[in-house]
Amino acid sequence: MNVIDLAWWELAIAASMVVALAITSTLARLNVGKPILIAAARTVIQLSLIGLVLEALFAVGSFHWVALMATVMLLVAGREVMARQKHRLTGGWAFGIGTVSMFISGFTVTILTLTVVIGPDPWYTPQYAIPLLGMLLGNTMTGVALSLDRLTEAVWRQRAVIENRLMLGQSWQDAIGDFRREAMRSGMMPMINSMAAAGIVSLPGMMTGQILGGSPPSVAVKYQILVMFTITVGSGFGAIVAVSAGSRRLFDERERLRIDRLSSARA
Amino acid sequence: MALTIHALSIGALKDIDLIVQPGEIVCLSGESGSGKSRFLRAIADLEPHEGEVHLGKTNRCDFPAHEWRKRVMLVPAESQWWADAVKDHFCKPMPQALASLGFGEGAMDWSVARLSSGEKQRLAAARALSCGPEALLLDEPTANLDDENTEQFERWISEEIARTAMPVIWVAHDEAQMKRVGNRHFRIKGDHLEPVT
Repeated sequence: MNVIDLAWWELAIAASMVVALAITSTLARLNVGKPILIAAARTVIQLSLIGLVLEALFAVGSFHWVALMATVMLLVAGREVMARQKHRLTGGWAFGIGTVSMFISGFTVTILTLTVVIGPDPWYTPQYAIPLLGMLLGNTMTGVALSLDRLTEAVWRQRAVIENRLMLGQSWQDAIGDFRREAMRSGMMPMINSMAAAGIVSLPGMMTGQILGGSPPSVAVKYQILVMFTITVGSGFGAIVAVSAGSRRLFDERERLRIDRLSSARA
Repeated sequence: MALTIHALSIGALKDIDLIVQPGEIVCLSGESGSGKSRFLRAIADLEPHEGEVHLGKTNRCDFPAHEWRKRVMLVPAESQWWADAVKDHFCKPMPQALASLGFGEGAMDWSVARLSSGEKQRLAAARALSCGPEALLLDEPTANLDDENTEQFERWISEEIARTAMPVIWVAHDEAQMKRVGNRHFRIKGDHLEPVT
C-alpha cells in the first residue's frame, strides 16, 4: 500500500475547520477563540520545524546529533514538569529532581528497548530512537509532573499532620508515607487506565498513525504494545524516583519538615 | 533525667538557659505571638534554631531526630488525627489513662470523625504518653477543656509526671492553673524568660 501524501492546500481545508471553531467559540463568548488560533499556529510552526530537524537528523544519523536532540528534549520536559507544579521545591530542585528522574527512567527504558528489543543497527538509528524517546518522555513527563504535584500539594495542605506524626516520634518516612504512596500511585494511574482501555475505548494515536502510514495492523499492534509497556515502565519508575527524591528533599538532616523549601502557590 | 536547655535561640528568644529537673513542671506563659510554641518546637527539634539540649547527660545530636522526639515529646495545642480509628494513633492501649480522663470503654474504637475538640485534646495527651516519653512539652493542654475536665486532666497528668519523674515544660495562660500544677513559672519578656514568683 502506498502512502497518500498530503498536499499543503489539503491541510488548509482542515485549518479552515479550526478557524470555523474559533469563530463559533468567539460568537458564543467562550473566550477560547484566540487561544485556539494561537495553539493551532504553534502546532503548525513547531511540527514543521521538528519535521525539518528530523529530516536533517535522519540524513546525518550520527550519534552526537541524536544525543544532542535527546538532551534538548529532556531539558524541555524538565522545564514542563516544573511549570506544572503549584507548590514547587525552590532553588532549582523542582527542575533537577524532575529532569534527573526522567533521565534515569526514560533513557534507561529507551536504550534497553533499542538495544535488546527492537535492535536497529546502529542502536541509536534516529528513525527509531527519537520517536521512541519522544513518546516515552512525553508520558513520563506527565507521570512525574502529576506525582510531584500531588506530593507537594498534599504536604502543603497536610503539614500539620506530618509534623504531629514527627512529634510522636515517627521517622520522616513514616510521617510522610501515606502521601508518598498516594503521589506515586497518582503518577501511574493514567498509564494503567490507558492500558486497560487500549483498543476498546481508544485506538492509540501511534498505532493509528502507523496504519495510516501504510504498516500492516499486525505490525502496528506489536509496536503499540511495546510502546505502551515501555511508557508504563518509564512513567512508573519515573514517578517512584521523583517522589522518593522529592520527599527526601522536604526533610532536613534532623528529619524536620522543611515547608520553607516549597514555594507558595502562584496566582 | 533532667532536661537541660543551653543557649537556645529561636525567633525573638535569644540565648535561653533552662534546666528542668526530673518530675518538675515548669510553666511558661507569655502574650500570644511571643514565641511560646516555637520555643517548644525548638526543644523538640522541629525547626532550625541555635542552641543545645540535653536529656540527662546525652546530647540531643547523639540521637537520631525521631528518637529524640520520641523521648522529648511535644503535645501541640491542636492535635492531628490521620487514621480512621482512635486506636490506630496509639503506640499501645492506655485503658487506665482513658478511664482517668473520663472516657468509657470502647473509646479506642471510636472514629476520629466524631471527636470533639475537647476529646481530641485529652486523647492527644494520652496518645503521647502511650509512646513512653522521658520528657514532656505541653502546649496549652487544657485550652479546649471545661473546668471539670481540666481538673480531671491536671490530676491525671500530675500523677503520671510524679510516677515517671519526667521533666515537663507546660505552656499555659491561666494563672490559677500554673499555681496549681507548676513548680516554677516563667514569663516570656521580649528575648528572655523572666521568673514569676
